[in-house]
Amino acid sequence: MTLDRAKPLMLPIGALLAFEGWARATHLQSDSLAPPSEIVAALAGALADHSILAATRDTLFATFAGLAIGSFIGLALGIAFGISDTLDRLMEVTVEAVRPVPSIALLPIALIALGFGYRMEIVIVAFACIWPILILSRAAVRSVEPRLMEVSRVLRLPAAQRVLKIIIPAALPRIFVAFRLSAGIALIVAVTVEIAINPLGLGAGIMLAQQALRPDLMLAYLVWIGAIGYALNMLLTVAQRRLFGRAALSGDSL
Amino acid sequence: MKGGAIIWRVASFAVAAGFIALWQLVANWKLVSPVFLPGPDRAWASLLRGFSSGDLWSKLIGTLEHMAYGWLAASIAGIAIGAMIGSSRPMRTYVAPSLEFLRPLPVSAIIPVAIAAFGLTQGMALLVIAFGAIWPIMLATIHGFAAVEPRLYEVARSLQMSRLAVIFKIALPSASPDILAGMRLSLTVALILSVVCEILAGLDGLGHWVLLSARAFRSADLFAGVILLGVTGYVTSVAMSLAERRLLAWQASQR
Repeated sequence: MTLDRAKPLMLPIGALLAFEGWARATHLQSDSLAPPSEIVAALAGALADHSILAATRDTLFATFAGLAIGSFIGLALGIAFGISDTLDRLMEVTVEAVRPVPSIALLPIALIALGFGYRMEIVIVAFACIWPILILSRAAVRSVEPRLMEVSRVLRLPAAQRVLKIIIPAALPRIFVAFRLSAGIALIVAVTVEIAINPLGLGAGIMLAQQALRPDLMLAYLVWIGAIGYALNMLLTVAQRRLFGRAALSGDSL
Repeated sequence: MKGGAIIWRVASFAVAAGFIALWQLVANWKLVSPVFLPGPDRAWASLLRGFSSGDLWSKLIGTLEHMAYGWLAASIAGIAIGAMIGSSRPMRTYVAPSLEFLRPLPVSAIIPVAIAAFGLTQGMALLVIAFGAIWPIMLATIHGFAAVEPRLYEVARSLQMSRLAVIFKIALPSASPDILAGMRLSLTVALILSVVCEILAGLDGLGHWVLLSARAFRSADLFAGVILLGVTGYVTSVAMSLAERRLLAWQASQR
């Protein structure tokens, strides 16, 4: 049992040890690589002087703000399109025309309209988050058990009540799956915007380390960004399992 | 029924046209400064001007080239590595978990490392795009190989097929829906990373074009570039769906 659990760890640990040994043996001098021990030291240093923590705070703030705005818009549109077939068909061309625009392409527009800083990053993250939420929540609303809708009609619930009391609770597990997927996208987009142009957060930190020819710090940032991505995904997966149990699994294959 | 669908289509286009008209009105009444928001007429004029002078063509082709090379490299490598890992149990236990661990890493974070190693070159862009686009394809291939109907493997064993024959005759065909879905996902990734690499490295392409336009506050050119990027994303994804339907036609008929 313990051996089975250790098996997946053997490859990364072996690779790290081999890399460390190779770097020591050749006295590695490079702008792009650093031995793992130096990366750990650089990470510890950046943690100690709080620079990486401040950058993480900036990145996560933009990520979650964009995610919240994008989820809200995407959810509102998704529920509206899911309830009203007419609206969905009328908006089809518009949605299909705007959706394929790569979120990063909005970067220059956001840049001249809003300048550097949180706002432009949040706008781009929100734009990227709208679509997966819209599409998955629309599908979730459509697949709400028709008998529940009949019940709401029999009870003569007004539209707002129908959405709040019947549709959202019934579709919530699958909406949460969409939210989890979007959270991953939000983080990716936020870091990408920071790397491309915005002087803020983890992305800017890693670019700065690269330009300062500090491969140890650059790779430390890379490891840290990977850990944040992993932790976020992990947290939401656990939350999904805790909150919805098996109910959410049905939507996972989408 | 058919006629109804066409009417809905037309109505839907009319709504989209309404939004464009609204955009025109907002621009005409200068509700938003024209420095930031050109009307659709100006964006369209800029598109036509760019194409007739050949400027936009070369940028568009540049972006398509980055995207295509990176995506093709990722597809070939992704399917090969995925097949290698997916078809062997030891590889699945030892290697696959590490890959799952790497998956949530925001791929763009690899860009600074690539820049440090290769400089601001085409090779760097190719590496980054391929590295980003490989994940969905590779993981889809592994997943597809793992989900092959076990009885097919039993058939292969009783026919004493070699491992290569099993991969090419059984596993790859039955995993093809997964693989093609992965390839479609990576198409979007490839486009986004192409734009980011062009912005960062100043490589010839639409990403560089929109950034230069933004720096010079030429908003009409900027919107023309963004519209073109949207069209690129749309056309490539439609083409991929068509190819998917074509390639998987045999499977639908079996079910």
